[in-house]
Amino acid sequence: MASSVYLCLLRAVFLVCFVNPLIQGLSEDESVFQNPHHQQEENLTGLPIVTFKWHHVETPYLVIIWVFVAGLAKLSVVELNHHVISVVPESGLLIILGFILGGIVWGADRAQTFKLLPPTFFYYLLPQIILDASYFMPNKLFFSNLGAILIYAIFGTCWNAATVGLSLWGCYEAGVMGNLDIGLLQFLLFGSLIAAVDPVAVIAVFEEVHVNEVLFILVFGESLLNDGVTVVLYNVFDAFVALGGPRIDAAEIFKGIFSFVVVAFGGSFLGIGFAILLSLLTRCTKHIQIIEAGFVFVVGYLAYLTAEMLSLSAILSITFCGICCQKYVNANMDEKSVTTVRHAMKLLANGSETMIFLFLGVTAIDTEIWVWNTGFILLTLLFVFIYRIIGTFLFTWMLNKFRLVPIEVIDQVVMSYGGLRGAVAYGLAALLDEDKIPEKNLMISTTLIVVYFTVILQGITMKPLVQWLKVKRAAHSDLKLIEKLNNRAFDHILAAVEDICGRIGDNWWTRGWNRFEENYISWLLMKPKARKNRDYLFSIFHKLNLEDAINYVSEGERQGSLAFSRSDEAANVDFKKQFGSEFADVMPNIMVDMSNYELGIEHFSVTSIVKDTIPSVSLDIHGQDRKNAMDDINAHHLLQQHLYRSRKHHRHKYSRSHFSINQNEDEVQEIFQRTMRSRLESFKSTKMGVNPAKKITKHHKKELTHKMPNGHPDGTGHLYGDEVDIAVGSETGAINSTFMRDTYTVGAGIENPVFLPDMDSPTHSPPWLMETEAVAPSQRAQRRLPWTPNRLRRLAPMRISTCSTDSFLMADVSLTLEEHEEHSQTDHVEMRPVFD
Amino acid sequence: MGSTNSTLLKIPNVEVLMQETGFSPAHIIRLHDRFKALDKEGRGHLCPHDFGAIKELAMNPIGDRIIGAFFSPGKETVDFHTFVKILAHFRPVDKDRPKEPNSPEPINSRSNKLKFAFQLYDQDKDGKISRDELLQVLRAMLGMQVTDEQLESIADRTIQEADLDRDDTISFEEFRKACKHKRFTMFRFCIRPGERKLMLTLCHWSSELQDQHEL
Repeated sequence: MASSVYLCLLRAVFLVCFVNPLIQGLSEDESVFQNPHHQQEENLTGLPIVTFKWHHVETPYLVIIWVFVAGLAKLSVVELNHHVISVVPESGLLIILGFILGGIVWGADRAQTFKLLPPTFFYYLLPQIILDASYFMPNKLFFSNLGAILIYAIFGTCWNAATVGLSLWGCYEAGVMGNLDIGLLQFLLFGSLIAAVDPVAVIAVFEEVHVNEVLFILVFGESLLNDGVTVVLYNVFDAFVALGGPRIDAAEIFKGIFSFVVVAFGGSFLGIGFAILLSLLTRCTKHIQIIEAGFVFVVGYLAYLTAEMLSLSAILSITFCGICCQKYVNANMDEKSVTTVRHAMKLLANGSETMIFLFLGVTAIDTEIWVWNTGFILLTLLFVFIYRIIGTFLFTWMLNKFRLVPIEVIDQVVMSYGGLRGAVAYGLAALLDEDKIPEKNLMISTTLIVVYFTVILQGITMKPLVQWLKVKRAAHSDLKLIEKLNNRAFDHILAAVEDICGRIGDNWWTRGWNRFEENYISWLLMKPKARKNRDYLFSIFHKLNLEDAINYVSEGERQGSLAFSRSDEAANVDFKKQFGSEFADVMPNIMVDMSNYELGIEHFSVTSIVKDTIPSVSLDIHGQDRKNAMDDINAHHLLQQHLYRSRKHHRHKYSRSHFSINQNEDEVQEIFQRTMRSRLESFKSTKMGVNPAKKITKHHKKELTHKMPNGHPDGTGHLYGDEVDIAVGSETGAINSTFMRDTYTVGAGIENPVFLPDMDSPTHSPPWLMETEAVAPSQRAQRRLPWTPNRLRRLAPMRISTCSTDSFLMADVSLTLEEHEEHSQTDHVEMRPVFD
Repeated sequence: MGSTNSTLLKIPNVEVLMQETGFSPAHIIRLHDRFKALDKEGRGHLCPHDFGAIKELAMNPIGDRIIGAFFSPGKETVDFHTFVKILAHFRPVDKDRPKEPNSPEPINSRSNKLKFAFQLYDQDKDGKISRDELLQVLRAMLGMQVTDEQLESIADRTIQEADLDRDDTISFEEFRKACKHKRFTMFRFCIRPGERKLMLTLCHWSSELQDQHEL
């Protein structure tokens, strides 16, 4: 409360003291802006140290100031709503605040210097709101109710326009409004601009009310699509007005209807075209991840502007662009870019919405536009309200004949009451040509009154109404796998039953479309990689797992340590498994952390279960050796060695093109390869008594003899290798424990002999912590890549005989072994004798 | 009208059938036509391969399970009565049907619908969905898109979600509870009377809210 009042005061002071002088400067000489150096040069007497160049920055400065003010307004409104009243919806409060601001400006200037101009609204404020609404449209819901939405949007809007226009004209003819210079066509034009329910207002109000989703999608979808319709209708009538009454014949009317169809559908198809373009574009933006999110906005805006240029429906264009591209764009882009888009979209839309409502309020404080005609204004309000109700009930009645699930009366009441008018209507009214429509100002003021009336009054009463009528609310539901699974199964069942009944029904179409979409459209628009694992059920699973992981970690941290809470074994296993399958390739650090940690904490409890349940790739190499009770010193040592330390001193702190400076795909790969390689070597050398392949050992052995302090040439004993040894030893019983201990101590030095020569920094951090680009071995290691899988494969037959297979299984998954299949077969034959 | 009656008369026990399933005469006739069309050899009953002949059904990943649902265990055939009764599961829940306390639960009640779905999972009819049974369904539906490991984790997780008594299986009661809360796809099998052509509309997703208060 206090803070909001403070804010209001602050803003008022700020405006009076600062903005107004600036605004007054607005009307001054325009040429100064064109030639900013002009003034300076004139009275230049010496070198000025600081100059005040207001005209230099005037326009952008004013724009940004108003944006800033809008932001503050939103802030204070939200604060106010939080603490004081949650009765008035935010949109209404913003308008009221706009009145106050406008009053302040007017009080300072004695004239209105700022108002919402149609071009500003249509080109800079509206597109992102529509794009946001369509991009986050729940597609399934939308398309399954598309019929109803279209009926409301097209016929409902036409109905509203026609009835309001005609009724007003009738009343005018009856003499209720006195003497006005308005003809039938002008009335119809006015009717068409006032007809459309405004998406901005509707979303703002309905979002706070939480009605059930069918009702929401009906109102929301209608408001989105009928904007397009109303603009088209407006243009047609505008053209009619320009043409003049007598020259309109049947052909012109027919042309009007035809252009209506062309403009609406043309806009929609243009939007779909841009959606395809955008999807294709995001297919190949892999290497410019930082800016790929921008394409969504740019192409969306381009769709809008192009449609405007071709005089097609821009709103419909950007709507369908957003609706159609969302699936493919989200699948194609990097997860981070998707998040970026989501946040940026919300930011833009929310900001625009705030500005629109605020400016709608500011605009009202103007003596020029206010023309009062009691009859006209009150009748308009009445007709708008009544015909909305009649239209809704009429079309719902017709729809309910075809709908499987009829729309209930209560929902109809809310729908008709939710017919909020907004800035689109105002924008269209302000666009009217004063030459052709003499009563333009009356229309503007009427429109504004209708907007204020619906947004503020209906907005306030909406919530109580919804509560009073006991409208079904949106059921808040957690995401559940079993539910999704059932949904999927039921889809199949329903389709099957339709087949059995021999009817081509909804499910038949849905399935046909899905199949087509899957086979052709996805193929065209989606990355092959994204296509592969985009199964819906699986992505739900993935999402759930991510949530769990985050909860798990935060829970652990909340309890005061990084020690993950381990209340029971089952949870832990669950977590490990999910991690194993999901994130091992993405987050090896955590895997290593985890396993190391467990090594220290619990030696026995989980292992038997975990061992079998860690699938696929993981660096969790310790899964094997937990059976051997290692003492704490060893555990600590392992921690020291394996934990990924920060690499601050190796890295740039700033990068324009990469977020995750410390996470690197190559690095992960590198670590994996090194680990596998060294394990392999030590495995072979210690267990089999076979010398590692010459190629490698040559290199390493030389250095080993140089560098190893206790000169143990056999000890290729890299840490990982030792662990494999231990694991293998314990399970196969091939190696006795003293030998194990021996090799272990060799490898347990702080410095890692295998990689020592490659280190170019004096730190003791293990070499796999080095950044890959900077250190020589990474390239070398990568060059050696080809033989790694091969050699692994050679060992593959061993699986049958030994139990310690996991370490090799790990390798199988990450490296593409199929390519080496035949090759390894022959290898295997060759190697047989050696193994035997 | 005359033809309607004559067709109806050919079906034995048509009154009882209508009573049990709630289908109108027009629906029965339509379904009877379909039944005859499926029964190519005119034996008066259907075999699994009659269903298998439906092309789309053969492509349905869980089509064989659905076909299996028409045949009670040990039986190789399904007659018209059973056929209609099975399909009656898919009629929309009657809201207006007067609730007579001693009348049996209608076939299209919510819990019967759920039972129908449940038995599609529960292939060994032990009243529980085991992990393997779930895996089979998952494999059929997800197919090649995910690996076996992922499938297994999904199955595990699904069971975990629904499993209340921690026996690693989903019983019908647990199944029902898992589906209880919210907008949850429910079978709708809507047949509009008075139309020559039977309209079967299986709608889902939009309307389940209505089913909530029935529980």
